This record gives sequence, structure tokens and C-alpha cells, in this order.
Amino acid sequence: MNFDLTGEQKKIRELAKGFAARVIAPRAEELERSGEYPYDIMAQMASLGIMGIPFPKEYGGGGGDWVSMHLCMEEIARADVSLAALLDVTTSVVANEIYAFGTEEQKQKWLIPLAQGKEIGAFGLTEPDAGSDTAALKTTAVLKGDEWIINGSKQFITNIGLDHASIIIITAKTRVGEEGKTTVSTLIVPKDAPGFTLGRRYEKMAFHSSATHEVFFDDCRVTKDHLLGDIHKGLAQHLSVLQTGRISVAAITTGLAQACLDEALAYTRQRHLSPQSLLKFETIPFKLADIAMMIELSRTIYLKAAWLKDQGRDYTLEAHFAKLFASETATRIASDVLNMYGPFGCLEKYPVSRYFKAAKLFEIVEGTSEMQRLVIARELLG
Amino acid sequence: MDFNLSEEQIDIQKAAREFARGEFDPDEALDLDRNGQFPLRIWKRACHLGFIGIHFPNQYGGQDLGLLENILVVEAFCSRHSGVGMALGLSDFGSEVILRFGNEYQKRRYLPLIAKGESASSLAYMEKGQTDGSSFVSTVAIRNGEGYLINGEKIFVVNATLSGPMIVFCQWNKTKSDDQVALIVEKNGNGPVPSMMGGQIGMRMVPMVSLTYNDIKVPQGNLIGEEGEGRSQFVNFLNEMRIEAAAMGVGIAQGAFDLALTHAKQRVQFDQPIASFEAIRNKLADMVTRLEMARLLTYKAAWDFDRNGGDVLLNCMAKMVSAETAFEVADDAIQIFGGYGYMVENQIEHFYRDARMVNVFGELGQTERLLIADRMIGNI
Repeated sequence: MNFDLTGEQKKIRELAKGFAARVIAPRAEELERSGEYPYDIMAQMASLGIMGIPFPKEYGGGGGDWVSMHLCMEEIARADVSLAALLDVTTSVVANEIYAFGTEEQKQKWLIPLAQGKEIGAFGLTEPDAGSDTAALKTTAVLKGDEWIINGSKQFITNIGLDHASIIIITAKTRVGEEGKTTVSTLIVPKDAPGFTLGRRYEKMAFHSSATHEVFFDDCRVTKDHLLGDIHKGLAQHLSVLQTGRISVAAITTGLAQACLDEALAYTRQRHLSPQSLLKFETIPFKLADIAMMIELSRTIYLKAAWLKDQGRDYTLEAHFAKLFASETATRIASDVLNMYGPFGCLEKYPVSRYFKAAKLFEIVEGTSEMQRLVIARELLG
Repeated sequence: MDFNLSEEQIDIQKAAREFARGEFDPDEALDLDRNGQFPLRIWKRACHLGFIGIHFPNQYGGQDLGLLENILVVEAFCSRHSGVGMALGLSDFGSEVILRFGNEYQKRRYLPLIAKGESASSLAYMEKGQTDGSSFVSTVAIRNGEGYLINGEKIFVVNATLSGPMIVFCQWNKTKSDDQVALIVEKNGNGPVPSMMGGQIGMRMVPMVSLTYNDIKVPQGNLIGEEGEGRSQFVNFLNEMRIEAAAMGVGIAQGAFDLALTHAKQRVQFDQPIASFEAIRNKLADMVTRLEMARLLTYKAAWDFDRNGGDVLLNCMAKMVSAETAFEVADDAIQIFGGYGYMVENQIEHFYRDARMVNVFGELGQTERLLIADRMIGNI
């Protein structure tokens, strides 16, 4: 056993922590209020090499590991969860999917700009009738000659509205020719493909600076080489990269919970005469103790899942544990800290109000808590 | 024992539900919530039909009914739309201080206007350095010729931007925390200038402001009760307010539950309505059970208030349980809706945000927990 981070991992975390505190945190409230996208911050994140940490240098990455990547996500989430979610989607899911299943040409063409942070990726799994039931998708793609003809729609697509979002990886029911057998595959669809349209932007409870849209495919055409990986294994491939996304959600919610604790400590110190006077009571100190304990557990389980991934070992169960535990924990912590603030917590100028509204989303995205429990139970029962 | 509502109470409940169904326009509510605007049109209609100030005596424009009837209305409104419901429920905020402790002139002057929807009342207690209205205040009132002079600052004041009376609690004897005075300040040109406190996560149709009182003059006739009685009047008001807040919680939980139940029956995943999955069934069962518990406690507290004048233990329990229930049920409702629940357009998420306000507005659930403990434990 060894719970120490390597020197490299520590260095990367410190870098992200400093960047988040210096550049992101001072802007977080304004970004949430205005709903504007911080392109300048994204560019700085790219130039620091954060977007590509776990990918080899020849693909524009940093040659680092997934532990480092997730330490970064935690630190960035501590300042702003929208930006951390950008990393989750682009790096852990989209770039990861191309790296894992793409051809050399696909990696050269699409992975490199994503890893360098020059472009942003989105993925489209959810449809109006296909939420938790991912296999109920209706979007179709038919291979005619040299082209895939795609028809359908996807909803709740994170980041696709950003100017430099270049591609969306979608799952679709595919057929080779009109008579062919239907299977589920993943396709890379550039945003400028003919027949692709960006639908309305959603208004969400929080994450206002994250550009979430619906998207439509009307006889949308991409060439044959946009098929990603095995034509028959699209859903399985996509769900396998979502496992990495689950570690990311856990890292992000750990950062969110840590931000809540940071606030709670600062607030209680400011409100009460001294820590000594506060310690004469138990309500708040005990709550703080619980919060610190839960955060440490969240952090430990996401790091274990990321470490297993780096070792090339199975991390399915750990990814589900991490996602479920850390997201539910963060929601509870945000709620508890808001209570400590009393009515002040309900004012949007206090960060805890943002954390409170944001936390809830993580119990839903990348598999609801119910789906996590279902999969864990299936693993246990065989 | 008799757990039935009277025929009159059932009629009131029905009327309030029908009114909310007919008058709370979803698009209008969405805009009001987004822009932090008071639902003026709906409020006027509700007043016109006698829903506001239902607990005032007839001679002051009310229906001569009790707190239980009042909270049946508040619950029905909040279950249809928590934002609109809370705004209407709070439109007569603080009027009970005038109703219970004001003199005949004050009651005649203010209460009929509040019931008619020509005035919205407000109450200023909280200050910086407090997290709830449980301690002494630094806003002071001193005698000034024939009247009083107020100096200080109040925060989290509701309805201050609407016309109507504002009841301001000031310290009278600076050395005794319970020696306070309640004065009516009219919100006209000579009153304190409100300053918005900023965006709120919930209860957005009731914008909260801070007010700075710089030598604000109040005539002698605006003193409620006697000098030094302010604190006990406020404590008494809180007893009534907790029950009304509890009813808001019950309404919010009911509204969120209704939407979640409908969605669970309609939403098909894995070839069946999600309501057929045990995970969802368990959740719905827990939601409705918690809701029933909160409602029973709230109605009991209101019944006791009308019959015996109210009991701190009961109303603290009711408020604490209802606030927590509202939040838990709204949380579960979003979870049942999944991604749809998080999108503003589907009008579920406001229940989650508004529910949170029940627990922290006016008084913290944690304060109530400690009051319950005080009552149980006594001196040791």
C-alpha cells in the first residue's frame, strides 16, 4: 500500500489549485450570473496543458495519468463546477473515447486539438425517450455509399453551444444499406456537418456558463470514416468511457464539497468570536467534522478508481461507488452548509448558494443514483 | 378525536385549489420567478376573492376564520406553485402583530387595506450579526417629543418595496434583551430607503431588502401595545408564523409530489412506466408518508393555536419537520424527473429552491430544534 501522491501528481495538483484560486475563483460568481462562457479561462487552461494530461505527448497530451487529471478536476471544481464539467466531458469522455477506440487518422485529426484544448468536444447519448434507458435511442444512421446519413435528435448536450466545440460523438442505430441489420454504433459528427443543427439552449437551475443545447440531425451527412470503433459495439464502447466520466463526477463533487467546507470554516470563524468559543457547542463543530470525514472518503474512493484505471485494471465497481457516494455526499454537504449560513446562504452572492444548486445535477448526470445502485447490485449478484 | 376538516374548511380548501389552478399561469409564474417580481395581478385577484386576511375578523375586512383556515389556503397555493404561493402567503406578513396587539385605530386603519390588496404588510426584525430572529437587536428607538426616532439597520425585509405598513422591532432598553418596542413605519416618502439584497435562490417573487433607518420619525400613535412589549409580541408572532411557514412546506411537498407521481406514471424507460420500478415506488411511498406526517403535525399545531393559543413545542416541531420534508420531497421529485427536473422550463426545480427557503427564512430549523430541546429538558 502507498497512499502518497507522486511528485509529479503533487506538482500538477498545486498548479491547478493555484490557477483555480487565482484565475477562476474571482470570476465564478459573475460567470454564473451572466451565463457567459469564459473563453479566456478555457484558453489559459489549454495552454497550461490541463485538458490533455492523461494522453501521450504524440497526441497533444501531457503524458500524465488519470490520477493527476482528476486531482486537477477537483481543484478546478473547487472554484467553478461548470469549468470542471467541461474537463469531464471533453477529456474524460470525448477525447478518451477517441483515444481508446479511434483509428490513427481519427486520433491525428480530432484527439490532438482536444488534448491541446484548442477544441472542445461533446457527446450525445440522451434523447427525449432514452434517458437511463440508453438503448432506447431512436437516432438512426444509414451507410449509403461512402456516407452515413444521420436522422434524429439528442437532448441535454453539455458544451455543444461553445464556439470552439468542434465535434459531438453520438450513439445511433446504424444500418449498412437500407436492408442491413441494425446495430448501435458511435459516430463522430463535426458541428459543421451538413444537416446538423444546434437547437435551443436550455435554462438550467445552475451551470449557467455551461452551454447546454438540444441538437438535431436532418439527413446529416458524414463520411464513412466518422464511425468510431467497432460498428457493433458503439453502446458498450460509449458506456465504457462513461466509467471514466464517473470518476470525474466524483472528483468534481469532491471539489464542490471541499469548496463548501472552505466556506463553512471561513464563515463560522468570521461569525463566531473564536474557534474556542464555537467549540463550547456541538451542533456546528460536529457537522463540520462529518463534512470533513465525508470529503476525505469521497476523495479516497475517486483516487482509488483513477489509480486502478492507470494500472489498467478493472475499476467498474469503484467508479460507480465513487460517483454515487461523492455526488450524494456533495448534495448533502452543500445543503448542510447552506443551513449554517442561514438566510444569507439563500443570497446568490454567497458561493454556497451556487454550490447548493449545482450539486443536485451530479446525482443525475452520467447515470442517476438509481442507475449506479442498479449496476452495483448487478455486479454483486452476478 | 376527530381528524375531519369541517365542511367550511373543505370548501375553503377547494376554493383555494380552484383559484390556484385557474389563476396561476405557468408562463407568468416562470417570468415572475426569473425576474424576481411580486405577483401583483394574482395577489389582487386573491384579495378580491377574500383569500388574504381570511383570519382577520369581519370588521377588519376578513372572514372571521382561524389560522387553520388561513394555512389551508397557503398550502393550496404553494402546492400549485411554490413561488406564487409563498408570495401570496407572505403578502400579509407581520399583519398578525397588528391583529393581535394593535389598538382599535391601528386595526381599522391597516387590516382592511391588507385584506383588500391595497397594502402589503412587512415586518423588520433581523439584523446583521444574527442568523435568525432569536436575539436582541441593535436598531434602537428613543422618545422624540410626541413620537419616536428610529436608528439602525434591518435586513431580509419582505414586501418593503410594496406600499403598506412595516412593523419595525427596536431595542428599547439597551441592557435588557427582551425589552423591545414595535413601531409601525409607513412606507411613504419619509421612510427608510430600501436596498436590494441581491438575487435569491428561492422565494424570488418576494424580493428581500435591507433598510437603513436614519432618524426615522414615528408618531406616538404608531406604537403597537406598550413600550417594552416588542419582544414578547415578536415571539408570539413567530408562534403563528412558524405554523404558516410549515403550511408552505406542506404545500411545496405536495406540489412536488404531485408532479413526480404524474411523471413517474407517464415516463417510460426500459419498456415500462418508471413508476413500476421498486426504486421509484419506494421513493414515492417515502415522499407521501413524510408529507402526511408533516401535514398532520402542521394541522395539529394550527388547531391548537386556534383552540388554545398555540404551543411552542408543537409549532417548532411542525415548522422543522415541514421544512425538512419539503426539501427532501422536492429533492426526490427532481431525482424522479432526472435531467428534465433540472431544466427550468419543466417547473420542478423551483420547488427545490423554494423549499430551502422554508428552512432558513425567519428562523432556522436548527433554532427550532434547540427550542424543542429547551422545552423538553428545562433547567438542569
